Amino acid sequence: MTSQLDNAARTLAQSHFRTLRLGTPFQPRIDALAKTQDWYNWAGYRAPHSLWDEELEYFAIRSQAALFDISPMTKYRIEGQDAEAFLDRVTLRDVTKLRSGRVQYTAWCDDEGFVLDDGTLFRLSPTRFRLCSQERHLPWLLDSALGFDVIVEEETEAVAGLAMQGPTSFAVLRDAGFAGVEKLKIFDLAEFPHDGGTIVISRTGFTGDLGYELFVLADKALSLWDRLMTAGELRGVRAIGYNALNRARLEAGLIVANADFTTAEHAIRTDRLRMPDEIGLGFMIDPEKGHFNGRRAILEARAKRKLRHVLVGLEIEGNIPAEHAIVYHKKSQEVGLVSAAMWSPMAKRNIAIASLARPYGDTMVEDLWVEIYAMRELQYQKLMKRAKVMARPFIKLDRRTANPPADF
Amino acid sequence: MKAWDAIVIGGGHNGLVNACYLQRAGLDVLVVEKNDWVGGAATSRELTPGFLYSNCSYVCSLFRPEIMRDLELPRFGLQVISYEGGAVFTRDGDYLANYRDHDAHRREFARFSKRDAEAYDRYSRDVTRQCRFIQPLLMRTAPDPTSLKPRDLGELLYLGKKFADLSSEEMALTLRFWTMSISEFLDEYFETDVIKANFALSGIIGTALGPMSPGTAYVLLHHYMGEVDGSVGAWGYARGGMGAITKALAASFKASGGTIRTGAEVDHVLVHGGKAKGVVLAGGEEVYGKLVVSNADVKRTFLKLVEEKELPDIFLRRVKNFKIRGSSGKVNIALDSLPEFPALPKDSPVYRGDMHFTDSIERMERAYDDWKAGRWSADPFLDMVIPTTLDPTMAPPGKHFMSCFVQYAPPRIAGREWTDADRDGFAESVIAQIAEYSPGFRDRIVHMEVRTPREIEAEVGLTEGNIFQGELTFDQLLFNRPVPGYAQYRSPLSGLYMCGSSTHPGGGVMGAPGRNAAAEILRDLAKSTSHMSPAHDVI
Repeated sequence: MTSQLDNAARTLAQSHFRTLRLGTPFQPRIDALAKTQDWYNWAGYRAPHSLWDEELEYFAIRSQAALFDISPMTKYRIEGQDAEAFLDRVTLRDVTKLRSGRVQYTAWCDDEGFVLDDGTLFRLSPTRFRLCSQERHLPWLLDSALGFDVIVEEETEAVAGLAMQGPTSFAVLRDAGFAGVEKLKIFDLAEFPHDGGTIVISRTGFTGDLGYELFVLADKALSLWDRLMTAGELRGVRAIGYNALNRARLEAGLIVANADFTTAEHAIRTDRLRMPDEIGLGFMIDPEKGHFNGRRAILEARAKRKLRHVLVGLEIEGNIPAEHAIVYHKKSQEVGLVSAAMWSPMAKRNIAIASLARPYGDTMVEDLWVEIYAMRELQYQKLMKRAKVMARPFIKLDRRTANPPADF
Repeated sequence: MKAWDAIVIGGGHNGLVNACYLQRAGLDVLVVEKNDWVGGAATSRELTPGFLYSNCSYVCSLFRPEIMRDLELPRFGLQVISYEGGAVFTRDGDYLANYRDHDAHRREFARFSKRDAEAYDRYSRDVTRQCRFIQPLLMRTAPDPTSLKPRDLGELLYLGKKFADLSSEEMALTLRFWTMSISEFLDEYFETDVIKANFALSGIIGTALGPMSPGTAYVLLHHYMGEVDGSVGAWGYARGGMGAITKALAASFKASGGTIRTGAEVDHVLVHGGKAKGVVLAGGEEVYGKLVVSNADVKRTFLKLVEEKELPDIFLRRVKNFKIRGSSGKVNIALDSLPEFPALPKDSPVYRGDMHFTDSIERMERAYDDWKAGRWSADPFLDMVIPTTLDPTMAPPGKHFMSCFVQYAPPRIAGREWTDADRDGFAESVIAQIAEYSPGFRDRIVHMEVRTPREIEAEVGLTEGNIFQGELTFDQLLFNRPVPGYAQYRSPLSGLYMCGSSTHPGGGVMGAPGRNAAAEILRDLAKSTSHMSPAHDVI
């Protein structure tokens, strides 16, 4: 299983140093819409923070349909007779229960039970999977694959991705001619013909709303974009940047690797390592299934009560976002940190995701406070606000799971 | 006759750092330097008109920022400029570059192996963890494990606690790191020859070991734990060459009232009744001091400057056995134009970084085989930089200074002394290697200085030309550096101290030995050290 590249391809690739931030296959269309020119670096790609107005982009997700380029997401093709057994061995959830044509939100751990990443696992056929994640894991996947009849191939650049999220997203896809898309239930996927080839559409997303994700080979990316934009014109489809998506994901209570927790291969300080139970992913662990990476350590930590942290949703009094605020018990003892916070337009509350040191947030949930430093005209307004642990997601939209999906 | 409060033998960077701190504590300090210039192995010399050579050390990372600040070195002209990465040229006409941008770095590695490209984060995490463990130890005197003094016990506890705070996985890695070969260490992360060679070079620079020798993983760490303005692991050029560091130190020293005598070679340390009383210069002149601090390496200090009869047997034997083996040389070249490397795109940032031509660990090991046989390497390992791509002060516009650190060069050729013919042969091995990758290179050469261990020892005074004043192997680190029982900058002779890189934490133009020695001296004198900043926190 060599990953050495041949000489000619190697020389051809030299010039990458001139473009430190790559464009994605959709870049020509996104550049044309980028009125704010507000870019950030997403895994080496030039990705938009916003395209025209971050707030209105958020409302496009919640009221119409928003198109968000997810191409920079790391993607691996995992294929072979043993692909199911291999993925069952390396990820937390029971992959034998993941039917062909279904998607799992999952996570994977190192041998010590610390989370390497979370991501989505697409079962494209009985023997073919796609694993999508924030960080890169090729050495770990290849090493773990020893003894399995399986091929692991990184396909981040080869496969482009789009998230189409919002109440009219189904109607846009139907109008674009993806016949049968109405049959997709939440976490279903299917192949659809497009531009002489096929694309994969899944009913998944990162917004807590009705939505889909579309995966297409890079050379058919622009025609897919145009097809969706044309079909969606009358249904208000708009391209958006990350800031709007980030708001929607927080309302949905979803976490982001290396924003809400530090992934194990990047944690220099070992006390930053987290087990799944410490970042709200305990529900994924299936002790009944066979052995999986980190199982022994995770079960031991549970049995010996060695879990030291807990990730919780918070509702904070008032309306000032508590981003990166310190969480206190009884206004004095430091017990944690807010990793993401916002005023939720859908929930009409001031919400946050925080990591707390147990037992706070776990068995002790009373008398929690956050200290907010709100910079206003070069002065910090220091606020001590009461925080209440709240179940995630912060919002639950029936349209996300409605079958058949509605037009809006 | 005047008796100085302290006499520092040798105006290298550690001697000057030490002298600065002592002078600023109110002592009346004299630095005696055998050359007509100060700097030791951190010098900039104009050996041909218009060109400044960093003719020994050539890049800067380890020099402690706390020292730069305490001694006001920026005020005296010191600037350190980060450089842009570098490359290893491969024999098939390609190269592997190191880019500062994280994603460019990954894409570059992916040209050779997608797996190795994605292995870098974990490698970097593990090396960074080890650096963070070591870093706080640099600016502390190593404890004496046999002592029951509260301070030693406290320091031992500190060390023990730091170790105990490690997870079992980290502890295992730490022990492996201190004992493994760099080659085996890299095998745990990477599969591609050139990528391993790219990292392995930091494990062998300056050491008389090959990449497959145990202990070289630590040497890599030693090269990673520096920083340029908080960017840990980064390397930079001292603007004006490495002499800018010692020039600033000398200016700072003089500004605080210190005295430097150049052209003043010490013949021996004046000892009376088991106590150092001063030095005798080569001409016979006696200079008296209440204490003497030697910046020379431990062998030179105790085998040449002090009479054997003044020293305990065991100490003497250990000093004699201290490993300070010559392993490298230097070729400094003035160029009338920037060399071209057809493998490199013309706009590549690699020109502004460090360049290498050894694309496999095996080639490095073969180069080391030559050293063992008492020959210079037929196919040497080069660490080559062109600082004038970023520093306009070292050569006229359009012209360049190139520094080639060359490994391996044995202290003696098959048991005999180096000859001029050997030196020329050594230089030719270097020029031939560069010319292979840079056609027309020879025609650009305006002037060249070739330094084998013979020249380095003769001019700088480093025994065998060893750049670290002693191997950085684990048996010669911490409380065993330079020898057990004498790791706290004191010597068997009352009033004689050591402050060179032979002492903890070792070489690499760090300045920490000079500073730590000053702290110990001031402790003995019951003087304040409030002018010495503690080490920056590692958080």
